[in-house]
Amino acid sequence: MNATVKPAKLIRGVTGDWEMVIGLEVHAQVTSQSKLFSGASTEFGGEPNTHVSLVDAAMPGMLPVINEECVRQAVRTGLGLNAQINLRSVFDRKNYFYPDSPQGYQISQYKSPIVGEGVVEVELDGGHSVSIGIERLHLEQDAGKSLHDQSPTMSYVDLNRCGVALMEIVSKPDIRDAEQAKAYVTKLRSILRYLGTCDGDMEKGSLRADVNVSVRKPGGPLGTRCEIKNMNSINFIGQAIEYEARRQIEIIEDGGVIDQETRLYDPGKGETRSMRSKEEAHDYRYFPDPDLLPLEFSEAYVAGLKAELPELPDQKKARFIEGFGLSPYDASVLVAERESADFYETVLAALTDKARDGKLAANWVINELFGRLNKEGRDIAGSPVSAVQLAAIVDLIGEGTISGKIAKDLFEIVWQEGGDPRALVETRGMKQVTDLSAIEKVVDDIIAANPDKVAQAKAKPQLAGWFVGQVMKSSGGKANPQAVNDLLKAKLGI
Amino acid sequence: MTDLISMTIAEARNGLANKSFTSLELTDAHLAAIEAARALNAFVLETPDKARAMARAIDARIAKGEGGPLAGIPLGIKDLFATKDVRTTACSKILGNFVPPYESTVTSQLWRDGAVMLGKLNNDEFAMGSSNETSCFGPVVNPWRREGSNTSLVPGGSSGGSASAVAALLCMGATATDTGGSIRQPAAFTATVGVKPTYGRCSRWGIVAFASSLDQAGPIARTVRDSAILMRSMAGHDPKDTTSVDRAVPDYEAAIGKSVKGMKIGIPKEYRLDGMPAEVEKLWTEGAAWLKAAGAELVEISLPHTKYALPAYYIVAPAEASSNLARYDGVRYGLRVPGGSIGEMYENTRAEGFGDEVRRRVMIGTYVLSAGYYDAYYLRAQKVRTLIKKDFEDCFAKGVNAILTPATPSAAFGVGEKGGADPVEMYLNDIFTVTVNMAGLPGIAVPAGKDVQGLPLGLQLIGRPFDEETLFSLGEVVEQAAGRFTPERWW
Repeated sequence: MNATVKPAKLIRGVTGDWEMVIGLEVHAQVTSQSKLFSGASTEFGGEPNTHVSLVDAAMPGMLPVINEECVRQAVRTGLGLNAQINLRSVFDRKNYFYPDSPQGYQISQYKSPIVGEGVVEVELDGGHSVSIGIERLHLEQDAGKSLHDQSPTMSYVDLNRCGVALMEIVSKPDIRDAEQAKAYVTKLRSILRYLGTCDGDMEKGSLRADVNVSVRKPGGPLGTRCEIKNMNSINFIGQAIEYEARRQIEIIEDGGVIDQETRLYDPGKGETRSMRSKEEAHDYRYFPDPDLLPLEFSEAYVAGLKAELPELPDQKKARFIEGFGLSPYDASVLVAERESADFYETVLAALTDKARDGKLAANWVINELFGRLNKEGRDIAGSPVSAVQLAAIVDLIGEGTISGKIAKDLFEIVWQEGGDPRALVETRGMKQVTDLSAIEKVVDDIIAANPDKVAQAKAKPQLAGWFVGQVMKSSGGKANPQAVNDLLKAKLGI
Repeated sequence: MTDLISMTIAEARNGLANKSFTSLELTDAHLAAIEAARALNAFVLETPDKARAMARAIDARIAKGEGGPLAGIPLGIKDLFATKDVRTTACSKILGNFVPPYESTVTSQLWRDGAVMLGKLNNDEFAMGSSNETSCFGPVVNPWRREGSNTSLVPGGSSGGSASAVAALLCMGATATDTGGSIRQPAAFTATVGVKPTYGRCSRWGIVAFASSLDQAGPIARTVRDSAILMRSMAGHDPKDTTSVDRAVPDYEAAIGKSVKGMKIGIPKEYRLDGMPAEVEKLWTEGAAWLKAAGAELVEISLPHTKYALPAYYIVAPAEASSNLARYDGVRYGLRVPGGSIGEMYENTRAEGFGDEVRRRVMIGTYVLSAGYYDAYYLRAQKVRTLIKKDFEDCFAKGVNAILTPATPSAAFGVGEKGGADPVEMYLNDIFTVTVNMAGLPGIAVPAGKDVQGLPLGLQLIGRPFDEETLFSLGEVVEQAAGRFTPERWW
């Protein structure tokens, strides 16, 4: 876990190196049955305007009532981000007119958010890691959706999503390059999914990010930032940052100045373009929502949620490393997605001796299973080899019943045909030969037939490997390699 | 006929229980009175069919002995309350012919207890006004006139329709709302009793919002007892309104006639205004004397931040209103005036849909919340509000049970007389009442006398939070001493 600090990527301009300063505002849809302030369903994909309550439609005299489940999820997320939980927070109105915002304001949290400062440890390539600070997390309402393609003359509005709870998670401007930004969102998404507080589905818009980018000479004063709105793909976030940083450097080096503005990323063209300038920015006239009392809960409530928190990626990774001797890299690969970690845990649970074979199992999950799944474009849920089957294969290797090479054949059979690995080994005669007399005969024959090699091996013991290969070959791979080794060493006198 | 409409709710309740008359008869008598009083413009929507259907249904329940505390009592409903399947407009053009598919919590409790709805009552547009002249349905006329004059007078506002209808015997009681004095000032102008309950006592769910942190529903009735009867049905916790308070609703009527002996009544020196009419001052002294005679102890108190209340109110209330009224955008319901773009549609709709006073307050509210002005206006006003609240808390902590003040600085004025050039002239009407909303306290306005022109004047009693009962006890003492006042019928 003692990762080294990897220097951030700098961009070389005509006047020298430039450093990027990046901060992210991630909007994560809270996993809950109903909306933040109404009982309407949060289900995705309903017919337009079928999940809309009187409150969501802002009918006259309607009042918001906080959904306690959303509060619970926000607190759990705050705990997962190692953040300060504020026992008292305030909902404010952010006032602006737009057809998909029926109240004419969004209920959000401005000055007093539910969660304060925290920190996320982010793994980078090559075993490096970086700490990214969390500025705050607050709860707010999502907007509805304007539909401009339904009529040649009119726009339509779908309010199904209107009022669904979002957590806005604001990072500190601690991110220094696109790789870090991508790794940060990946890690954040992983934590949310472990907690079950957001499904992290970026295609459905459950997780979106606004990216603030500025450039400066390394260590110099901060530059003017631009905000790239509404990114819903981790790869696009990386591309947009790269493009935007280069755009800003070019302007500055040409003697221009950066206008503080909101921009949009066009993935087709691979460029960002201006959406609105600072002058056009809204004055949201924030003020505390008089329909809602300040949100207050006790220390005991937070402690209760903390006690029930599931194991998070960092903790799981540490346990895998300490308990089974996994390399930090392998452990990171396994914990990155909750489903992968769960699969590995199921394999562990099914092993006969997990202390002995835990690391071997990790290798098999990562190299054989994930390798194969990736190759065929499948995800873990659709794996033809179950965790229990894989555990059985690892057991067979660990106990010495089959060799690693035979295990690969066995894996292939299970992948293609299914079945109980242990039974397959029996019926198909794949068992490793550990009968010393049988192996001894083969060893003797090969030694007898190759006196020149024997002489060489005696002079240079590393050459004994040639004999091992010959023995394995003539036994059809079933001879126990350890037994072969021992016998050869004894017979050759090395 | 006259007998049926001039009864109090308490009297009608007995008559219905004795089967002296039916709710249908009572309802018909009121429907006829309403029809004959259209000159007052108190009702903006009469619902005779619904009224009769409700009356028949409750008659059947009464016959089976299943009445309810308000069984068969015909009431008027301020048009700010959403009434299911019945047009609700807040007396604004912008709501057009809006018919809500839901019923406000307060009115649904009235129907639960057996009351009958006669129709919807006029009010200032979105409850913004002190004379009921800002309604898109035109001004309400006060049934009271100056002696020897036939000048039309305002009934006060914003619950002008409620006050006028109750005073003119068009309904036995009415719902109203009070954001800065909208129940108590019209009650004082029409010799009716108006109760503004503690903030949180009545649910705001289903009431068109003006200023959420100040709005409270309450009754207007002809006697203190009647207002107590209505209060019991209107009050109560509502999980749909987070700001409503989960506290048992007492039997307010039981407070009527309770001794006020030994109660400490505060007389705030800051309410003695320069240029206050002598008769208002005299009435105030008289009211104090009545309470003293009933055994209460009078103490002079100080509410030092009173003078900042009105300016602070006219920052907080418009700020909240500017945001609350943002939903009237022509997109989902009500008036829509098309435009070339969405921005134009908003502008056209809101320019045509809102009247002058509403537009003025939306603009004030938008201004005081703007970046760079928020701290100087809104934040400061909130600080003033805290100080005003503390003024009252300090007095109550010293053992003061209630505070006696005039309800208004003058009697009713003529339609069109005030606020033409300077809106502040109109705002000054609320000088004695806004402090109560700013502090979230209960207040009651009780008729106490007349001015030299024969127009009614009222006194206000302000109570401790959730101690409406003391206000009913004290209010009845004033009522007993002052007597009741009924306008002479001219319409």
